Amino acid sequence: MTEALIFELSAPGRKGVSLPEADLPTPMKDPSSFLSANFLRKDAPELPEVSEIDAIRHFTRLSRMNHGVDVGFYPLGSCTMKYNPKVNEEVAVMPGFSAVHPYEPAKLTQGALELMYRLEKSLCEITGMSRFTLQPAAGAHGEYTGLLIIKAYHANRNEAATRRKIVVPDSAHGTNPASAAVCGFDIVKVESNERGGVDVEALRKLMGPDIAGLMLTNPNTLGLFDENIAEIADIIHQAGGLLYYDGANTNAIMGISRPGDMGFDVVHLNLHKTFATPHGGGGPGAGPVGVKEHLVPFLPYPLVGKDAQDNYCFEEPNPLSIGKVKAFYGNFGVLVKAFAYILTQGHELKEVSELAVLNANYVLARLKPYFDLPYDRICMHEFVLSGKRQKKNYGVSTLDMAKRLLDFGYHAPTVYFPLIVDEAMMIEPTETESIETLDEFSEALIRIAKEAETNPEGLHAAPTTTPVSRLDEVGAARNPVLKWTAAK
Amino acid sequence: MLSTIGVKSIEDLFKEIPAKVRMQRPLNLNAPMSEPAMLREMRKMAGANGDLTQYVCFMGAGAYDHYIPAALRTIVNRQEFVTAYTPYQAEVSQGVLQSIFEYQSMIAALTAMDVSNASMYDGATAVAEAANMCAVETRKNRILVSATVHPEYRAVLESYAWARGYHVDVVPAANGVTDAAAVAKMLAGVGAGADGAGAEAGAGAGAACLIVQSPNFYGIVEDIAALFQTAHDHKALTVAVVDPISLGILEAPGNLGADIVVGEGQGLGNTVSFGGPFLGFMACRDALIRRLPGRVVGMTKDHDNRRGFVLTLQTREQHIRREKATSNICSNQALNALAACVYLSLVGKEGLREIGVQCINRAHYAAERITALPGYKLVYPQAPFFKEFLVETPIPARRIFDKLSEQKILAGVPMDTFAKAANCAKCGDGSASSHENQMLIAVTENRTREEIDALVRALEGLK
Repeated sequence: MTEALIFELSAPGRKGVSLPEADLPTPMKDPSSFLSANFLRKDAPELPEVSEIDAIRHFTRLSRMNHGVDVGFYPLGSCTMKYNPKVNEEVAVMPGFSAVHPYEPAKLTQGALELMYRLEKSLCEITGMSRFTLQPAAGAHGEYTGLLIIKAYHANRNEAATRRKIVVPDSAHGTNPASAAVCGFDIVKVESNERGGVDVEALRKLMGPDIAGLMLTNPNTLGLFDENIAEIADIIHQAGGLLYYDGANTNAIMGISRPGDMGFDVVHLNLHKTFATPHGGGGPGAGPVGVKEHLVPFLPYPLVGKDAQDNYCFEEPNPLSIGKVKAFYGNFGVLVKAFAYILTQGHELKEVSELAVLNANYVLARLKPYFDLPYDRICMHEFVLSGKRQKKNYGVSTLDMAKRLLDFGYHAPTVYFPLIVDEAMMIEPTETESIETLDEFSEALIRIAKEAETNPEGLHAAPTTTPVSRLDEVGAARNPVLKWTAAK
Repeated sequence: MLSTIGVKSIEDLFKEIPAKVRMQRPLNLNAPMSEPAMLREMRKMAGANGDLTQYVCFMGAGAYDHYIPAALRTIVNRQEFVTAYTPYQAEVSQGVLQSIFEYQSMIAALTAMDVSNASMYDGATAVAEAANMCAVETRKNRILVSATVHPEYRAVLESYAWARGYHVDVVPAANGVTDAAAVAKMLAGVGAGADGAGAEAGAGAGAACLIVQSPNFYGIVEDIAALFQTAHDHKALTVAVVDPISLGILEAPGNLGADIVVGEGQGLGNTVSFGGPFLGFMACRDALIRRLPGRVVGMTKDHDNRRGFVLTLQTREQHIRREKATSNICSNQALNALAACVYLSLVGKEGLREIGVQCINRAHYAAERITALPGYKLVYPQAPFFKEFLVETPIPARRIFDKLSEQKILAGVPMDTFAKAANCAKCGDGSASSHENQMLIAVTENRTREEIDALVRALEGLK
């Protein structure tokens, strides 16, 4: 099943929009009455010309070629693809949130400011941090913001020139080293130990006056809680560095353990993961950044506070602020959904994490006999299997098995990440799935493990029931076709 | 479930977490709310905001009240799009992938550029990322940006530049547009000037790029062809910041010498939403494609020779290249880009032109009527503008705004909004544009004659 490009559905003169009446006292004038010819467009842009029904059917058909959480189970590790309650969508489209101009003054935006104020307070309580900026638009954007705060902190102590190194574990998300590089830091890798945590001795050896900080995910990308976290924090702090918490895996620990109490100085959260705002096919997300008291002056401007009359307002910027990382105040529409979620969960957010961890351990227990498990421990909200055995014995790769899962109506787990596990398969069921779904999924994967023995060819050919079969990615990169061009 | 796992209680699952870092008390949050209770609470907050269903909006400055076709919402609410993630598994993500490919095609067509990415966080971050591309490509660390670029975009550019150790030099404005003589001087001089040396000759020597916005922050159409020619003469790359809505009638920046084109895509079917989520768009020439940040979708074939779409050129990206990636950006603003794609599909080639024609006519009608009032005049009367214009007001613009908001009219953006933040060097400096007797007024196709006339009457009635 393929779908024509919208350009291929185009017919001259068609239009799918109803434009306002020409109600001015004189007929609409040609733009050349207002602008000189060199400013005016000579050739109209090659946009499609379709009717409303053509467009609706085209995009509806496209949507049906797409897997989402509402279509089926989506155990994509590290991405927390939990169900997104629909009531939150209803809140976000209220005109009082969706149709407010960002430059309306405080007295016309008290509700919007109150929401941001209360969301910030909630995030502080959940993480044990002092203040949050809601400005970053995504997790990676949060990392960038947090690292900039670390940089500004060292600069303020006249140590920016010497403290140039950010330590990143070998199991870290790719965004960690990339964000540190964007902030002008040098990246130093620290190895993992045999339990999947940071090798504390190796870390100790890296310490020196050039250390700016350490970026850590806890539970880490193996889905394992690093028991040495307090010691790690001490090591970094004694060296004069700061500890950065990548909040990608916060869904495991709400109400159970707080990054602030673990010793982290900077935290980012992914509201689109932990706080149930939909991922939108790759955005919009939101990546608020929280800091401890000593870093509050460096937060981006503006923060929401209260004035002398107890009205909500944007606070005056601190002279040490890193400035702005985005126009306006953040992905407000996403913040609205996240706050709606927090209100409905309240202090029972702890149960969310408990169920997420229970579900992950259950699926792990069911799958353990059939796959290699590089770190055999109780996991948190996700776990990492290895398809080494299938690869070695039958020539079936993790990619083959992932593709075969698509035939069963599931999205595949995250594969080939983290990099320290061969043939990695990272599974995160989330708390919103029933035991029936978890059982059906486990059985499908067990069946695939058996197919690896009995029918490896079939797995190489998978998927066969999806709109398209495996795609030629090498060809796509070698001869990039990145846009439609009109046939000459 | 517990017995399958082999533990006795849920608590056992957390025993690896040391007591020292365990939370010893319940979260101090509200009791869980039912849906109706939560909706009531949220409605109360929503009701405390002045929204555009009650207020007539003449505010712009980077967020515009363009009409959003109803059909667009239907599509963008399809939960198969809404509840998907980045299309890592292409075989079950053709919907998102093809829509991004179509989006890229439309952005490339609008801007007359070779290639577009899948979108950025917003217009401001797109400007900052474009500057970075230029610095890496030219191996120069000096960025020239016009003072007529949106002050918040410049503030974001400053923070990104500080992170990477680039210097940002602001080209002054003359009569509301980029001062062409200053550009030439700043590019022509030899040796680097001091930081923030402004128009001082040589301040931008060896510049990586020149960044110009058109229509600029004041709504004025800039002569970017001439400015970019000067930049190219001095081996600097050129970045155009444009309003996509204007490109139905304004010349495409690709035909005016732009190497990179970026901008805010909110106007293409996205609500103003108190400033986000929006989308930044970014397009460039083929020569810069390996420097392009973010996701890019390409066309390919499947094993059965059917057409399909995949994320491509991923060796630029963080999940492959880690610290050597072109950017740390991981996601895009997919759903907002989808809205832009659907918007451009619905309005089409003719529709976008008509919207442009309506904007420019309505804005000029409004400007004419407002400046006919005593004490009101255009700050830059000679400058050509598109849908937004700067008015000098006889009394402080803030007072006018407050008075008119009582009549449910948002008269414009008072320029004191952009006053320099006290004491904060990195918080952006709109002070050059911050005059308390100036109002920036935006008029889209969505403002009727009746609404414009009501604005004029309300201004007239002010004492």
